[in-house]
Amino acid sequence: MNDWVIETRNLKKIYKMGEVEVRALDGVDLQIERGSIVSIMGPSGSGKSTLMNLLGCLDRPTEGDYILDGVQVSQMNDDQLAAARNHLVGFVFQSFNLLARQTALSNVELPLRYGGITKNRKQKAIEALTAVGLGDRITHRPTELSGGQQQRVAIARALINDPAIIMADEPTGNLDSKSGKEIMDLILSLNQTRKTTIIIVTHDPNVAQISQRIIRLSDGKIVGEEVPA
Amino acid sequence: MNIAQAIIEALESVNANKMRSGLTILGIVIGVAAVIAMLAVGNGAQNTITGSISGLGSNLLFVFRGGNNENVRNPKPLTRGDADAIADPFQAPSVELVAPYISSNLSVSFDGEKTTSSINGVTPEYLQVRNYSLLEGEFISEENILGRGSVAVIGVEVADKLFGHRDGLIGETLRIEGQPFRVIGILTPRGGGAFGSEDNVVIIPFSTAQSRLIRRSGDRVDFILVQAVSADLVNQASDEIAQILRARHRTELGADDFQIFSQQDFVATAQSITSVLTIFLGGIAAISLLVGGIGIMNIMLVSVTERTREIGLRKAIGARKRDILIQFLTESSLLSMFGGIIGIGLGWTIAFIVGLIAAANNTELVPVVGLDAILLATIFSTAVGLFFGIYPANRAANLQPVEALRHE
Repeated sequence: MNDWVIETRNLKKIYKMGEVEVRALDGVDLQIERGSIVSIMGPSGSGKSTLMNLLGCLDRPTEGDYILDGVQVSQMNDDQLAAARNHLVGFVFQSFNLLARQTALSNVELPLRYGGITKNRKQKAIEALTAVGLGDRITHRPTELSGGQQQRVAIARALINDPAIIMADEPTGNLDSKSGKEIMDLILSLNQTRKTTIIIVTHDPNVAQISQRIIRLSDGKIVGEEVPA
Repeated sequence: MNIAQAIIEALESVNANKMRSGLTILGIVIGVAAVIAMLAVGNGAQNTITGSISGLGSNLLFVFRGGNNENVRNPKPLTRGDADAIADPFQAPSVELVAPYISSNLSVSFDGEKTTSSINGVTPEYLQVRNYSLLEGEFISEENILGRGSVAVIGVEVADKLFGHRDGLIGETLRIEGQPFRVIGILTPRGGGAFGSEDNVVIIPFSTAQSRLIRRSGDRVDFILVQAVSADLVNQASDEIAQILRARHRTELGADDFQIFSQQDFVATAQSITSVLTIFLGGIAAISLLVGGIGIMNIMLVSVTERTREIGLRKAIGARKRDILIQFLTESSLLSMFGGIIGIGLGWTIAFIVGLIAAANNTELVPVVGLDAILLATIFSTAVGLFFGIYPANRAANLQPVEALRHE
């Protein structure tokens, strides 16, 4: 019996552009084991982003089932999806997406605020920032931080609610190779120490190297799977 | 996300765009200031008018000729006889004093100086009924009435115009329509009243006025002023007067050929007029508040578009529709509440300046900024922000996270 954190069955996402149907995802069956690192690769237009949106509970599939951490997500309403994103998913974006006016600390606290958690909020946020190596930068604003540091804040924000999965969308895309390497090392160590499942969407083979599985998408279908050397 | 946090975030956002926030609330500031100033001036005008009516005397009743419905034909004039009957303590125990009154605007002259004044023919009771006092000299006496004396008590405005000063005028002789009158008293100034200047008057004995200056057929008077014994007895006095006059005029039932007004009636009438004016002015001012609200909606829409990505991010990390809605509604309400508060200050200042201008022009008008106006303005401006925030906030809340995150 495997411990799947993610399980999809015949997942489809169909966009209707007037008369034309675009099958962004066309029947994806995917299982991801808890605590693993999985990369999703594929050329643009292959359905990577659509799959990420569905796995991250940002969108609902047109058809099929998606079970995240034992919860059926595919039929949820908007508020339930918001709660699922808050508790089960952490996002790391290519462009960091931090609130520019707020300090690192309150950026990291934000998911707790939306989750309605008031107890030890500040302390938890400080812990998360310390875990990504920014314990001494908590009062800085994003503009006062380097790209790598900003991405660390974003990772701390993704970690704060102890999510079942972390979705990383091109996490090193906006970084130089040195910071990119540091971020990948951080992700790897978090995976090892916290056993958080990490899903990376990328087209950088170097990034995909740290994962246990690489899933290749093309035309909305899984076309192959490999284990990096 | 609770309200306190929403307010903090809204404050940060307002603070981050100071210039824009300032310009946005300008519309609300002007609207609220206009409403506050208009209400204040309206209230002040009302107080002035009410005050001047009360200043006529106390517990007064005014008896006029003429009916108030079409059943009355050929109303009989009011006469000295009517006044004497009302003064009868057995028929009208609630009546303290009765003062018949005739008046006309005539020319008054002294040593080449000439002016037009209100010439009032009155009896000695008039002094007490009207609550007059004298700077110097004495009022019309019973002997003056009996002897049809050529004496006059003058207001300070007449004194200023004819003599250029106010004291030492007792014994001077002025001419009313060419006829000589000896000045026996000067009235204490009362300022402008609801019925014209109270200081541009010449008071002469009733009998003299009637026989020599203001010719009225028979024994007619213009109206009769009645002072009731006390405030509680004003209505009773009114009933007694009505009984007496009905009997004397032999009126049919329900066809009184006279009307009795109390000061309260005048005050009520004046108040209803000024209230309509105040509401009218306030309504016009409220339109500018509405325009200000539309300005807020406009800016909030821009803000939502600008912050689409931020909204997407907030949704991605767990913000529900409600959270986004509250965030933007808080922001728009706060904006317009600030506008309201600044507007109250500005409106207060405007009202104060209007009061100063009025004072400089010798008009007694003290604008009153009431607590009710302040509360109303605050609540109303916040409500305007809330109302005009609904559309933009809804738009933000209904953004799809995927779309919003993709937004550049």
